[in-house]
Amino acid sequence: MPLVEVDDLSVSFKQYTKGFKHKEVKVIHNLSFSINAGEIVAVVGSSGSGKSLLAHAILGILPRNANVSGTIHYDGKELTPSLQEKLRGKELAFVPQSVNFLNPLMEVEKQVRGALKGKDSFKTQKEIFEKYNLSTDVEKLYPFQLSGGMARRILVSTAVINKAKFIIADEPTPGLDQTVVKEALSSFKAFADNGTAVMFITHDIQSALSVADKIAVFYAGTTVEVAPVEDFTGSGERLRHPYSKALWRALPQNEFRPIPGSQPKGDELPRGCLFAPRCDMTTTECLEHLPEKRVLRNGMVRCIHAT
Amino acid sequence: MSSMMKMVKFSIQPFISLNGRQRSFMTLVIVSLLLLCVILGGLVLSNERIATDLGNRNLGPSLAHPFGTDWLGRDMLTRTLKGLTLSIGVGLTAAAASVTIALILGMLAATMGKVVDSIISWLVDLFLSVPHLVMLMLISFALGGGIKGVVIGLALTHWPSLTRVIRAEVMQLRSAEYVEVSKRLGKSRWFIGRKHLFPHVAPQLMVGLFLLFPHAILHEAAITFIGMGLSPHQPAIGIILSESMRYLSTEMWWLAIFPGLSLLLVVRSFDIIGEHLRSRLDPHRAHD
Amino acid sequence: MQLEARNVSFRYRRKKWLFRDINLTVQPGEVVGLAGPSGCGKTTLARILAGYEKPSNGTVLFNDAPLPKTGYHPIQLVFQHPEKAINPKWPMKAVLEEAGNLDVELLERLGIQENWLQRWPNELSGGELQRFCIARALGPGTQFLIADEMTTMLDTITQAQIWHGVMDIVRNRNIGIIIISHDTVLLKRLVSRYIDFPLLNKDKVSY
Repeated sequence: MPLVEVDDLSVSFKQYTKGFKHKEVKVIHNLSFSINAGEIVAVVGSSGSGKSLLAHAILGILPRNANVSGTIHYDGKELTPSLQEKLRGKELAFVPQSVNFLNPLMEVEKQVRGALKGKDSFKTQKEIFEKYNLSTDVEKLYPFQLSGGMARRILVSTAVINKAKFIIADEPTPGLDQTVVKEALSSFKAFADNGTAVMFITHDIQSALSVADKIAVFYAGTTVEVAPVEDFTGSGERLRHPYSKALWRALPQNEFRPIPGSQPKGDELPRGCLFAPRCDMTTTECLEHLPEKRVLRNGMVRCIHAT
Repeated sequence: MSSMMKMVKFSIQPFISLNGRQRSFMTLVIVSLLLLCVILGGLVLSNERIATDLGNRNLGPSLAHPFGTDWLGRDMLTRTLKGLTLSIGVGLTAAAASVTIALILGMLAATMGKVVDSIISWLVDLFLSVPHLVMLMLISFALGGGIKGVVIGLALTHWPSLTRVIRAEVMQLRSAEYVEVSKRLGKSRWFIGRKHLFPHVAPQLMVGLFLLFPHAILHEAAITFIGMGLSPHQPAIGIILSESMRYLSTEMWWLAIFPGLSLLLVVRSFDIIGEHLRSRLDPHRAHD
Repeated sequence: MQLEARNVSFRYRRKKWLFRDINLTVQPGEVVGLAGPSGCGKTTLARILAGYEKPSNGTVLFNDAPLPKTGYHPIQLVFQHPEKAINPKWPMKAVLEEAGNLDVELLERLGIQENWLQRWPNELSGGELQRFCIARALGPGTQFLIADEMTTMLDTITQAQIWHGVMDIVRNRNIGIIIISHDTVLLKRLVSRYIDFPLLNKDKVSY
């Protein structure tokens, strides 16, 4: 049984247009996702494809005006708002993109110890800081005094000390040079080896491939494909969905050739397959219904033409 | 275990037939209508109703005189409406002047360098350290009281807190990337101030206006009540209340209760408008 | 029409030098790649060249003359996060118009769709916003463009779309471009000259 299972999740927002009219903007729809203990699943896709919102939905930190439907299960239990609140920051850890998620008015060592009590907490915290190359003077710093790399290591050590079972890392690597990226990725690997499930959100396919077991490709608010990392090879012939193939081929180390067009917006989604307007395999059937997800070659795909 | 799993759909969408904006709009319409009635009433009701009519002295509330009459036989409803109208006029003028001062000083403090900033910050601290009412009495007294004294006094005492808000807001915006880009595109300071900075502080100004206003009215009523504001010949609400105080012990309860409640209602109305504007104009709640 | 950094050094107040005596010359139409670890000062150099920051020592010369302090800056910079570089209170049309008159062809090459102009910044994705930032930076007066991690936050398709468009435009107009990126594979795809930033800084070498 998967540790986290998201089924048929939809999230929409009400947005005001002119005057008093409002429209529904669908940011996530019919989304399914699952992750097992000890597994690293990378979620890739362009900005606006709903990657971060999925993370926020699982953690229960969506804005209050969000309209949510569908189910999320954690360890066999339904993940209700009260359960989310209980687990968040403990079993469910979040490594966000920015330092803004740390409490700006508290020394980092206190935040890392957080929920732990008793004498042991000091010892554990010191050990973990040592393990992550955080010197003793870092302990007394406040978040604004940290560099980006340090802040990330602190967030990671918070997850360690709380013995997180599920870690969501939101874009932890962009703009970092190779050594820092490697360091961040290897810490996720270490988590997974200890049985933690890691959901790794990124738009950077390269770093996703170097660490993940599976890759979930998002497009316009839904999962179009889930594939084992081995399938990202050659010119993408083993990939299932035309969008994943296009993503792969557009990499500078591959063909660097983009497909034309852009991702549809949440208030003007096409009726049928979301990718149909940009796809060269489109048939009339594609334009009529959203393709059902189906299992294909040890992965999942939402395309009627995929083989 | 899995058989006990319940698949419950969760959906947080209560049934509302109006969206947030429509609800705000309805509230604003109702509140504005109420205020309009007060002002129109104050302007339209004839002065005859507040002429001395010794035959109808000290009457309790009745159909002919819903708020009763006073010791000179004047209709209390008319007096109250006229008093409130005058107060709204005074309050609105003073609040608008205060907001203008706050806008100018706030923008200057944030954009004209350290010296100007420290002078303005010092002024803000100075004005905030003295209680409003004391400052207001001093200024009003120095200017010889009357409507002019009160309006100027109110305008000069209500700007500091809003100035602080605007200064902080502009300080933060000044280093925004889009402002820096605008400079490199060759745009003038005036363009940046008008097009980039002002749209961000405009909502604060609107909200500021409506939140300062009830303050101004209450302070006007307060200094008039203690005899240092408008002259006793003006039909001001503060005058009515202070006169009525003398009759409180004579069981003529209507003299103070109705004008007092009306003042409260008007102040609350402006408060409600201000709160709704604040929540509607706050960018973080644009989707709500 | 060349852009030249002559003995440019920088430090914050009295702190340690971030870099010293950097010499760099870029010709019109040249595509230069600049790489180096985070925190080495690439971004600061970019900001100095584009007039966002003053060097502690040294000068930036454009056409052998110091850069103008006011008016349209001939060297334009595009940042990593487009959502910070666009005023959230402006409709997208106004964002473009701030740069003066931009021709339709430029917008087409950058893949900016006509109906996006009526939208507000919060309705567009990062990739779409970045196209506007680039269009705005490519006004008629621009002679050099500096791209500081310009496509780092974008997916590969959008990244490739944007770079193909930008390279077309700069080639046509003979604009010089400095591309700062941690992605060395991307740099090798695009540039005619590749510079390792720490080498520029360490000794007084000129490229």
